[in-house]
Amino acid sequence: MSTKTIATTRSATGVPTGRLAVWWVLVSEIVIFGGLLVSYIMHRLGHPEWAEEASHTNTWAGAFNTLVLLSSSLSAVLAHKAASHGDGKRAAALLRVTVLGGLVFLVVKSFEWTHEIREGFTLQAGGFWSYYYTAAGLHAFHVIAGMGLMLWVAGTAAKNEELHRVENVGIYWHFVDMVWIFLFPLLYIAK
Amino acid sequence: MTGHAHTEAHAHPNYVKIWAILVVLLVVSVTGPMLGVRVVTLIAAFGIALVKAYLVAKNFMHLNVEKPVVHWALGVALTLMVLLYAGLAPDVQRSKGERWEKSAGFHYMSDAARGAMEHEGHGDKPAGH
Repeated sequence: MSTKTIATTRSATGVPTGRLAVWWVLVSEIVIFGGLLVSYIMHRLGHPEWAEEASHTNTWAGAFNTLVLLSSSLSAVLAHKAASHGDGKRAAALLRVTVLGGLVFLVVKSFEWTHEIREGFTLQAGGFWSYYYTAAGLHAFHVIAGMGLMLWVAGTAAKNEELHRVENVGIYWHFVDMVWIFLFPLLYIAK
Repeated sequence: MTGHAHTEAHAHPNYVKIWAILVVLLVVSVTGPMLGVRVVTLIAAFGIALVKAYLVAKNFMHLNVEKPVVHWALGVALTLMVLLYAGLAPDVQRSKGERWEKSAGFHYMSDAARGAMEHEGHGDKPAGH
């Protein structure tokens, strides 16, 4: 007979171990995205001419993707609510809806990038575009990672197992949403 | 751990209502800058982004009921961001200081952008251009 011996809650903090780990990851993510965004803001303020380059980004595509991510955050938090009521099947279904939102986000992004690259706005087209592709690309990587994690958690949640993971993966997804909330005005609105 | 062992008692707010507020804020952040007023653009874009982030953190991530250790950890990371900016911005955003001046090409600025800055009365011209 196999047993799992795990510390489910850290006595020093009072936070469940899994959730504490997610917050720890997010703290390091703040440093990663924070460094990138602060660096972008500094250079943007030092280069007023970047406004002209930024004018080529598609505000409506960025706004639509913001709506998609906000909506996917809603389904993620509703999944957490379902899990807290012990309804693993509903939680799994809502997590899969969240994954669908991530997929829509990436499809829109890929169309957007294809158009911009065809117009000549490549990674090497200028300082603004270097930051644009680096920041949005790093964010898209996090969206992909979140989608994978969510599908995995949905698989166990559907069997009413490890339901605490639903909240944990949701916290990560909301962070990804929050990063986009700041990327949107920085890359699409400030022109 | 089985399905029910994780549950911690905290009230669930009306998530759909919060989502609706976030969508309204998104609409304002897109339409506000269309007025073409710089102050309105800054408030609509970045002020609203802060409000949206606050709503997501408080209601979706449940930071309002999270333990202090999490707040402290996040606070330290955010403080590092501010320190990074404060430490580097004077070098990155300016072309010259009291005892230093960037060499030509370090801080490239197009003729059009430089003209616009000079027109607005900024005296801090980039070196070599």
